[in-house]
Amino acid sequence: MAKLRIKKHNHALNRSLGGDIAINAILIIFGAFMFIPMFYAIMQSLKPLDELWVFPPRFYVVNPTMKNYGDLFRLMSTSWVPFSRYIFNTILISTVGTFGNLVLSSLSAYALKKVKFPGANGMFRIITLSLMFNATVTSITNFLTMSILGWVDTYLAILIPAFCTTLGLYLMGQFIETAIPDSTIESARLDGAGELKTYWYIAMPMIKPAWLTLIIFSFQGLWNYGASIYIQSEQLKTFSYAIGQILAGGIVRAGAGAASTVIMMVVPIAVFVVSQSNIIETMASSGMKE
Amino acid sequence: MSDKPISPGDGEATVKKQAVNRGDMTKWQWTLREMRVNKVGYFMVAPFFILFLIFTVLPIVLSLFFSFTIFNMLEWPKFVFLDNYIRLLLDDDTFLKAITNTFVFAAVTGPISYVLSFMMAWFINELSPKMRAFVTLIFYAPSISGQVYMIWQVIFSSDQYGYANSLLIRFNFISSPILWFQNKDYTMGLCIVVALWLSLGTSFLAFIAGLQTVDRSYYEAGAVDGIRNRWQELWYVTLPLMKNQLMFGAVMTITGSFGFGAIVTALCGFPSVEYSAHTIMHHLDDYGSIRFEMGYASAIATLLFFLMVGANLLVNRLLSKVGT
Repeated sequence: MAKLRIKKHNHALNRSLGGDIAINAILIIFGAFMFIPMFYAIMQSLKPLDELWVFPPRFYVVNPTMKNYGDLFRLMSTSWVPFSRYIFNTILISTVGTFGNLVLSSLSAYALKKVKFPGANGMFRIITLSLMFNATVTSITNFLTMSILGWVDTYLAILIPAFCTTLGLYLMGQFIETAIPDSTIESARLDGAGELKTYWYIAMPMIKPAWLTLIIFSFQGLWNYGASIYIQSEQLKTFSYAIGQILAGGIVRAGAGAASTVIMMVVPIAVFVVSQSNIIETMASSGMKE
Repeated sequence: MSDKPISPGDGEATVKKQAVNRGDMTKWQWTLREMRVNKVGYFMVAPFFILFLIFTVLPIVLSLFFSFTIFNMLEWPKFVFLDNYIRLLLDDDTFLKAITNTFVFAAVTGPISYVLSFMMAWFINELSPKMRAFVTLIFYAPSISGQVYMIWQVIFSSDQYGYANSLLIRFNFISSPILWFQNKDYTMGLCIVVALWLSLGTSFLAFIAGLQTVDRSYYEAGAVDGIRNRWQELWYVTLPLMKNQLMFGAVMTITGSFGFGAIVTALCGFPSVEYSAHTIMHHLDDYGSIRFEMGYASAIATLLFFLMVGANLLVNRLLSKVGT
């Protein structure tokens, strides 16, 4: 705790009171504006059917009810593949995909930026450039590749591309390059640590904020993974897809729809909160900033 | 692939080693030696890079090839050289409309969302750690919650249940509801507003993380060196240290604003009224996923790629002036 207070003091360098007030005011105004959608989604999910269609429309709920959530779960239980199966698929894809993405992209980004073998910079450039190529035209080739490999209609078709996202590598590379001084790496090597050890024990703890960011990007993307040309069997389809199917039922399902919006966003938010608080703890307790 | 040093740091390292070892070696011998010494590096990138070659490089190369052909995915591609590009640039009025719209979208939403993301991240970084996490979550909420931008469809719904219409009718500005997303005078403007509202996304989070990795001792050193207020600190200390994150944010913003289209489709439908909000992305999807003219779609993708690379070069030039 003492350390925290010292940091706070340092932080107050070059800060005027007026500026602090202005910044807080701006944050509150923009924050309110940004909070509207979450607030609205939660309100909608708590509205009974007659309030959903009241005129003039209301932003808030008068008689909150959990009925919409009940309806959603009832609809879920009528699907012919047990709903837990969709949920299992989504959880499997999101966790394994995120984990693989983190490990592969941080490992290669470390090698490209810190091992500095001939060709490393060229590779990194190609990866950056490839971010700017549109995915619509590449999906056809990828479908063919998947069929040749026999991965169509398996988890691999979703997981393997999720492992090697260019965004993940680019993000990691940009952080590793500046946040980890070459001198730190070199002294670890002098102490006899191999590249893998240096990567895992020295480099990775120094870029935890980058980990957090990539976890969120990756998890969020995979959690919302919906219908896909690669997956045909119902048993392998995702939660997001199943929810979409339920909602295709039209107006009578508007309440359940509102409830599903909330359920779909609760999990990424939980992941965000858990990883964020973990980062704050390590930042506060480790000596890495000194 | 280039084996020349690109970043200044890398160059220095090579020079240092050269002074010790290089002596009478040729450039090739030197490179080979470096490859042998650092061979563990190749093993470390191999898993990623093999997958990257298969699932990213291969399709891109094929697509570049297809852009010189007519390819309907049933028959073997027929080589036509530059015909697709000529047709695209000289003979396709819808594409010209799409390019104009894309430029307007990119020119408006790109810079604003980039600066907004950074300013908000910077302001948030002034808060205490606990507050920081909470406020970041609030600001990132529109992006995390997937489909929530559909709320704008409710607000600007074309019947009297839409919040905008119901307010305007109540105060007698209009007598009958406006068909917001079906009116070509409003579609572009509304989509830009929604895009801006969604702009605190990928780059914003990267900026937040980047600000957290800045070593605090630089701020103290800066204060000793005579930095007097937070703006000077931002310009001379924070921004130069954040250059990598700024570049990352720029690439994300460029791909996002030039690849703009999903929001338009969700709000205005596809195609939008009289192509009023038709973008390059829509044109690409139209030929790639609906008409299956893969050659033509690949040509569009290639042009879009060069637009983005050009924009990125421009932004990098601007970013190199930061902190000077």
